[in-house]
Amino acid sequence: MSHDTNAKLIYMANQIATFFKSQPQDEAAQGVATHINKYWEPRMRRKLFQHIDSGGEGLSPLVLEAASKIKRPEAA
Amino acid sequence: MSLIHEIDYGTPASRSETMVTLTIDGREVTVPEGTSIMRAAMDAGIEVPKLCASDMMDAFGSCRLCLVEIKGRGGMPASCTTPVAPGLEVSTQTPRLKDVRRGVMELYISDHPLDCLTCAANGDCELQDMAGAVGLRDVRYGYEGDNHVKARNNGEINAKWLPKDESNPYFTYDPAKCIVCSRCVRACEEVQGTFALTIGGRGFDSRVSAGMAEDFMSSECVSCGACVQACPTATLTEKSVIEIGQPEHSVVTTCAYCGVGCSFKAEMRGEELVRMVPWKDGQANRGHSCVKGRFAYGYSNHGDRILNPMIREKISDPWREVTWDEAYAHVAAEFRRLQYQYGRDSVGGITSSRCTNEETYLVQKLVRAGFGNNNVDTCARVCHSPTGYGLGQAFGTSAGTQNFDSVEFTDVAVIIGANPTDGHPVFASRLKKRLREGAKLIVIDPRRTDIVRSPHIEASYHLPLQPGTNVAILTSLAHVIVTEGLANEAFIRERCDWSEYEDWAAFVAEPYHSPEATEAYTGVPADLVRGAARLYATGGNGAIYYGLGVTEHSQGSTTVMAIANLAMVTGNIGRPGVGVNPLRGQNNVQGSCDMGSFPHELPGYRHISDDATRETFEKLWGVQISNEPGLRIPNMLDAAVDGTFKGIYIQGEDILQSDPDTKHVAAGLAAMECVVVHDLFLNETANYAHVFLPGSTFLEKDGTFTNAERRINRVRKVMTPKNGYADWEVTQKLAQAMGLNWNYRHPSEIMDEIAATTPSFALVSYDYLDKMGSVQWPCNEQHPEGSPIMHVDGFVRGKGKFIRTEYVATDERTGPRFPLLLTTGRILSQYNVGAQTRRTDNVVWHAEDQLEIHPHDAEQRGIRDGDWIRLASRAGETTLRTLITDRVAPGVVYTTFHHPTTQANVITTDFSDWATNCPEYKVTAVQVMPSNGPSDWQQDYDEQARQSRRIAGKLEAAE
Ligand code: SF4
Ligand code: SF4
Ligand code: SF4
Ligand code: FES
Repeated sequence: MSHDTNAKLIYMANQIATFFKSQPQDEAAQGVATHINKYWEPRMRRKLFQHIDSGGEGLSPLVLEAASKIKRPEAA
Repeated sequence: MSLIHEIDYGTPASRSETMVTLTIDGREVTVPEGTSIMRAAMDAGIEVPKLCASDMMDAFGSCRLCLVEIKGRGGMPASCTTPVAPGLEVSTQTPRLKDVRRGVMELYISDHPLDCLTCAANGDCELQDMAGAVGLRDVRYGYEGDNHVKARNNGEINAKWLPKDESNPYFTYDPAKCIVCSRCVRACEEVQGTFALTIGGRGFDSRVSAGMAEDFMSSECVSCGACVQACPTATLTEKSVIEIGQPEHSVVTTCAYCGVGCSFKAEMRGEELVRMVPWKDGQANRGHSCVKGRFAYGYSNHGDRILNPMIREKISDPWREVTWDEAYAHVAAEFRRLQYQYGRDSVGGITSSRCTNEETYLVQKLVRAGFGNNNVDTCARVCHSPTGYGLGQAFGTSAGTQNFDSVEFTDVAVIIGANPTDGHPVFASRLKKRLREGAKLIVIDPRRTDIVRSPHIEASYHLPLQPGTNVAILTSLAHVIVTEGLANEAFIRERCDWSEYEDWAAFVAEPYHSPEATEAYTGVPADLVRGAARLYATGGNGAIYYGLGVTEHSQGSTTVMAIANLAMVTGNIGRPGVGVNPLRGQNNVQGSCDMGSFPHELPGYRHISDDATRETFEKLWGVQISNEPGLRIPNMLDAAVDGTFKGIYIQGEDILQSDPDTKHVAAGLAAMECVVVHDLFLNETANYAHVFLPGSTFLEKDGTFTNAERRINRVRKVMTPKNGYADWEVTQKLAQAMGLNWNYRHPSEIMDEIAATTPSFALVSYDYLDKMGSVQWPCNEQHPEGSPIMHVDGFVRGKGKFIRTEYVATDERTGPRFPLLLTTGRILSQYNVGAQTRRTDNVVWHAEDQLEIHPHDAEQRGIRDGDWIRLASRAGETTLRTLITDRVAPGVVYTTFHHPTTQANVITTDFSDWATNCPEYKVTAVQVMPSNGPSDWQQDYDEQARQSRRIAGKLEAAE
């Protein structure tokens, strides 16, 4: 896995979290999860989970909070 | 088939609802109050002779040919300038009128050359027609006296004679044939709004003159052609008509350049296109056009067009021409191999915003039904995807709310991040007309675009914000509206969710959103923001028009939501004159989005996870459709670099040139094993392709385009495809090669399938479009005539949704190494990546991309106007020439991206919109320094491009 594309994925997830962080609090985590479920291809979600499972370094707390609501794709 | 002759009613229609009845030549006629007698007569089928009148502009009353007599009134009033009145009894033909008219015509003809037989306008000349109509039989005056016709009079030089002006590449001006009717001057003013022409001198000395007695090319003229169309004689004539002759049949079709979607009559002689004439019944353009649509079609015959399919093993090999069947078989075998080897999701496709709805629909169908995944995306990704997302969230539908006619009812127009005079010229002309009638204008743009100050137009407010601070400015505008009590609470209570509104209002009312607070980073003085907010909220019908300056930011989607908030808080939704209007870039951006080009959506914006929608298509197509979203273009490239994405079919797009961070795109393409490019030319992306399938132009196929106002316009075939097949046929053959049982005989059958599966298109068919001219979706049982204006009685999603829009500074920041902000845009004569317009005479207006820089920044760096400079960002560097101008603020530089050698996207980074990955073209931190020529990258790139364009057995094309 390219280091570069992984960093980009973390960046994208955090960007999404930044938007939802400003939304009413009770909607924020669900907002992040719904967005990622709707727009991220399984490969991208799989990579995200690999990263979360190995500590989730660099990910915004809101992404981590949303993780339980993000659909886990089947293993490749 | 025959030539379509449109009726010219002589003067514009009146909008009055009061009707007036009068008698003309004994026939009773009822027309709206304010109608001219000339128009009323035409309504009754009586054509009054005329020369200076045309229904494209206001009456002028100078030729005195249209005289009539009115019972009980003395004299002979001009019918074009005399309005109807109840009970008038008008005669259009009496002995006295006949005499006067003949006298008038005799004078005209006595100063007009009599070379009708060899004149280019022969057969299409109103002067000829009128001479015939009034029965002119002889002319008593010769050319011995004063005239404009002959270069020499009795051996002496005739000072009144002027030579032809052939400076414009597309039309000529021959003063000897001018009758000084001033139709051209008025067309330029009233229709186009450029004011390039004047009538100089008086009486017999008066002449039409471009600019300050310049030639057309050196004047302000933008070559829209309105004057050429208006000219009743051969004075202003298309060069193509001079060269070919008069057309014999015409077909109505749609421009393939921008999202205005102008309707044209393609006037033909056999299969040769003689000229394009804007169609008056075209509901987007109402008989007007710009230089691209009217004149820049020469690319379809350009020698660079590739007409045979080609393949090659490696991208370093020369191309090898093959038969179509070999090409299809090769692609099918390769894609099947890749899927077998790397998995079903390792291939995908890109649909084109330049192709028809039907073609786009087929490409996404090929991906979903043939490849068995949802890896389909479109280049709308890089321009308007935030519009879809933002408006979808706020209103429930991913499209603009108005038709273009709506602008005629606007009182305050707000233009955000768009440059309509260059990007959407015909809309700009219509807007300018409304502004000259007194509507107010607010411009929010880092650059002082042309519309801020142009002849007879001055924006009330120009907010020259720092690139990247859109959300801050728009939230500040909302702050002023809410805190100053200007919100339209009645509208909000009725149409929006009140508790969401309260939450939002409290949010924007926070002091840190006040213009005084945001001024520090937006750079816009607070009083300008307050003034603009008050004007928009209280100035009557407020309409927002926005472009790529809004969407191509890391907060693009948030900005679109902020725009929707502004429209809702002021109640500017759901009637003529208001609304939220994205100005779409390419001709079919709207359509390609509608047709399910996005990896998460089936046609009609229905999410791929929706079982009922998938079922509709699964039944019809006989396949399983994956319920997981596919990859977007940037994700495809990332996956390619990761090694999990290996093959792509790209129809009519040039992602290497149009997408950001060229080096990353190149790396992604280079990592794939089968790149199939389907296009007119060996574009930049084709440098990385293994298969090239020749494409066809919009003149060579049937189909539909959907413009920025959701208008579905017919595209009609006027000539046989030079490459043999329309693009939809190629996609179909490819699908067949992959084992799909597709048998469309005509694009109309594809549209029938779209209508059957997509509720917002339910009533659309080619027959219905032929009958209606065009319709705006939704067009179904509830809206049988289509929907010119949306959200009339309520929002599509139910209640309008206010969404908090927090400004977040982009991570693309200036610093000591990159102290300037680069923003990008386009100009009138060129189109997007320029592949088409660069292959026409339009290059006379824009031979190269230039960097606009403020005098202060230039001086600091020792840069003079026209110097070569090096432009560098974190992503890369390129070189181009400068244009020093104060249109850009200090600290901001600007360039276009129409030419591949400039490689502006080597500079742009891969930051993108948080919601849609729409790239952040509009903000890049850069440094500018003197240079003496092309950068290494440019040279390497040129060399690589040259190598990769070789075709075995053919001499390298001379560049
Ligand atoms: S081509 Fe258009 S801009 Fe130029 S003079 Fe004619 S009307 Fe004016
Ligand atoms: S150029 Fe044509 S339109 Fe203009 S004044 Fe002369 S005849 Fe009339
Ligand atoms: S480019 Fe746009 S404005 Fe110009 S003619 Fe075509 S559709 Fe109309
Ligand atoms: S047409 Fe009425 S005066 Fe010319």
